Amino acid sequence: MLRKIFAAATLAGLVAMAAPAVAGSTRETLKEVHWSFESPFGQYDQAQLQRGFKIYKEVCSACHSLNQIAFRNLGDKGGPFWNPKYTPNDNPVVKAIAKDYQIADIDSDSGDAIKRPGVPADYFPSPFSNAAAARAANGGAVPPDMSLLAAAREGGPAYIYSVVTGDGTDAPAGLTIPDGKYYDPWMSGDVSSYFKNPGHKVPKGGFIAMPPPLIADRVTYDDGTKATIEQEGKDISAFLQWASDPHMEERKTLGLSVMIFLFLFSGVIYASYRTIWRNVGH
Amino acid sequence: MSDHPSTYQPNSGIERWLDTRLPIIRFGADLMSFPTPRNLNYWYTFGAILAFCLGVQIVTGIVLAMHYDPSGVGAFMSVQRGIMRDVNYGWLLRGIHANGASMFFLAVYLHILRGLYYGSYKAPREVLWLLGCVIYVLMMATAFMGYVLPWGQMSFWGAKVITSLFGAFPVIGKPLTELLWGGFAVDDPTLTRFFSLHYLLPFVIAAVVALHIWALHVPGNANPTGVEVKSKSDTLPFHPYYTVKDLFAISVFMILFAVFVFYMPEALGKVDNQVMADPLKTPAQIVPEWYLLPFYAILRAIPDKLTGVLALAGALGMLFILPWLDTSKVRSMRYRPQYRLFFFIWIVACAALGWCGSQEPDGQILEGVKTFTLIDADLNSVTWLSRFASIYYFAYFLVITPVLGLTEKPLPVPDSLYTPVLSHPAGAPAGAAAAPETKG
Amino acid sequence: MADSIAHAQAHPDGPADPGRRDFIHIAAAAATLGGVAAVAWPLIDQMNPAADTLALASLEYDLSKVTLGQQVTISWRKQPVFIRYRTPAEIAAAKAADHASDLKDPATDASRVKAGHEQYLIVLASCTHLGCVPVFAQGDYGGWLCPCHGSQYDTSARIRKGPAPLNLVVPEYAFLSDTKVKIG
Repeated sequence: MLRKIFAAATLAGLVAMAAPAVAGSTRETLKEVHWSFESPFGQYDQAQLQRGFKIYKEVCSACHSLNQIAFRNLGDKGGPFWNPKYTPNDNPVVKAIAKDYQIADIDSDSGDAIKRPGVPADYFPSPFSNAAAARAANGGAVPPDMSLLAAAREGGPAYIYSVVTGDGTDAPAGLTIPDGKYYDPWMSGDVSSYFKNPGHKVPKGGFIAMPPPLIADRVTYDDGTKATIEQEGKDISAFLQWASDPHMEERKTLGLSVMIFLFLFSGVIYASYRTIWRNVGH
Repeated sequence: MSDHPSTYQPNSGIERWLDTRLPIIRFGADLMSFPTPRNLNYWYTFGAILAFCLGVQIVTGIVLAMHYDPSGVGAFMSVQRGIMRDVNYGWLLRGIHANGASMFFLAVYLHILRGLYYGSYKAPREVLWLLGCVIYVLMMATAFMGYVLPWGQMSFWGAKVITSLFGAFPVIGKPLTELLWGGFAVDDPTLTRFFSLHYLLPFVIAAVVALHIWALHVPGNANPTGVEVKSKSDTLPFHPYYTVKDLFAISVFMILFAVFVFYMPEALGKVDNQVMADPLKTPAQIVPEWYLLPFYAILRAIPDKLTGVLALAGALGMLFILPWLDTSKVRSMRYRPQYRLFFFIWIVACAALGWCGSQEPDGQILEGVKTFTLIDADLNSVTWLSRFASIYYFAYFLVITPVLGLTEKPLPVPDSLYTPVLSHPAGAPAGAAAAPETKG
Repeated sequence: MADSIAHAQAHPDGPADPGRRDFIHIAAAAATLGGVAAVAWPLIDQMNPAADTLALASLEYDLSKVTLGQQVTISWRKQPVFIRYRTPAEIAAAKAADHASDLKDPATDASRVKAGHEQYLIVLASCTHLGCVPVFAQGDYGGWLCPCHGSQYDTSARIRKGPAPLNLVVPEYAFLSDTKVKIG
């Protein structure tokens, strides 16, 4: 009995301490999306990752860098263009994608700065040469690097989906939107100083410098999927989730074997324990 | 090491030769045959679990250091791009190391709570307890510096906030923080020295752990009854009885550990740490890792910077002086129902402090209820909850523990630790003498 | 182990099957050892070349930059590689020595170059003795001399004299065109 109280109190304390810090968040509840990768056994949907990559390439990459991802990563196990027949470095799709990009390099003979076609080992080039250039071109806000974007936002892919599918026009009456900004109910922030509508609650959310990025048929999917805003939003969110967590499939697969081993291991050790302690008063 | 007679018999010529030169086999054999109270429950397995945690952290830490670049530009990339993406099993090793820190603290807190509940800190085990407190402080320092190494936003701003605490001291504050930083702000030199110290401290911890175990083997283990070992029938050899029990506890602990590593590796982290450190932009909310939250809440509960820092240090200091604050002659809370109640409230207060530490200071406890402003904050605020909890935290050590030790009438304590064992599961044995246990 | 346990029992209440008990303890020990062994692999494998290192494992080089009688040293997998445009005299000398008696590691010149591109000799510039970079046009064989311990290589980079046991290693490479080679 005492032990149980003690254990319960301890557990309650730990749970309370481990509770995520959510107070102070004034953003709107994120849109609900079903993801192929959400369960402990869930994996990425490769076709979706390919569609998402297309959105990145044709839409996002105009402003957002992806500086931790190399072209070869696209052909990694679990990646958008993984093909078990090839290593990531000689995957023909990956090579063709890399070739389309111009990579800054130094000519080894003349020492001149040159541009050459990419190879799988190269990283995605940044759209801007430095943070100052990015800031100047985007009204003072640096578009964040997308390599870890899904991991760096509370809510992950659901957050990205909510933000990119919001159309930015539904700003509540009485809210003054600063020049070059857009209202976004899912952004964390505080818009109270821009809100004058007596008797109404200050709207949730904040301002974002990114204009609504998606429109229907912004891209033409190779697999014939209809490119609605929702479809595009889901695909880019899934792609960015993969970019943040490329080893997820490997992690979950290995995790399953480890869990099975640990349960069996505990069982065997428990049997050994019971045998040793049999008939021993304690 | 202790006065228990060695039963080791060298079996071969080589063993006899070694035994007269370096009796290391005898040393190991004596550790294994150490007489251990037979009534230790699962709360006593956390010592072994902690040794396991320390080993895991050291081994994974050494291999992670092979891939880490302790420079401002390189640190974030070497962790996020190198270790997490490119290094073979790097994601796994870092997952174990980062979550291992939380597991280590989870186990150390349960180990400390067990020590508090069963009065393990009392004579003749004060030095054992003090060494444990030293390990705990070293662990916090190590964990804090380790958290800085990935050089994300939380790493950077956590480092800035915590090192700025030292600026609270008059006169020496500013030179002291500049000494810590190696500059005028947290920067590359700070990161590099934190890496160096983060690599060093675990070995210091291991050395203090060796002393801790030495100090344990002089008086021997305490036990849930708090009654000292009186005869040989009270004990069992450590091996195989407690090796197998500890191994079972470790295997169960590993299941919890693996759930975090494989299925929720980022659950205990903060999303802001996935953004590279930016000295020009503070994250919306700076929160330490969960295991430091109660202390962070105590710090913030006090409006004056220096007093806050002293309270933070004092909260730790309470643990150090506890053996001399407890005036009771009875060791285990099993026989101290009143003290036990205050102890459970103390755990709740610590949990409340932990929760407060994770919240905005002006946040409300009851959503939307406005009471009245007391001194500087609304009564229904995180600030006031953490103040009340802090007051209880200190009162528990400074008032309740010494006073209750003198006034409380304990339940009858059994004659021997084996008595309740014999009557198990009936609880305290009938007719056991109520003689409060004397020192020893 | 089971015997000592039986003796340590405080309240023995009848014999148990010792064979079954032994099996449980052996299984427990085996499971522990197996677990430890499985954990060792990631700890070892992390030291193998990482994915970014492997990705740089091949290199394309434009041979038109190398003129007759010239040699360039390029870096491939962080190792120096010699690309030598051999003169006809050097090729003739190398072929003449194909069956020389002092070849420690016998190989024909033809086996060390690609057919149709005999003029290009591509070898790792790392002495097979202890890894120093040999120097060209020194020694008795018209090829390379290692400055560290005096190993001498001929114009096909075969070891002829000195402590090195093997010829300079020819890396895996292929001609993509007459002037373009892919190493690795």
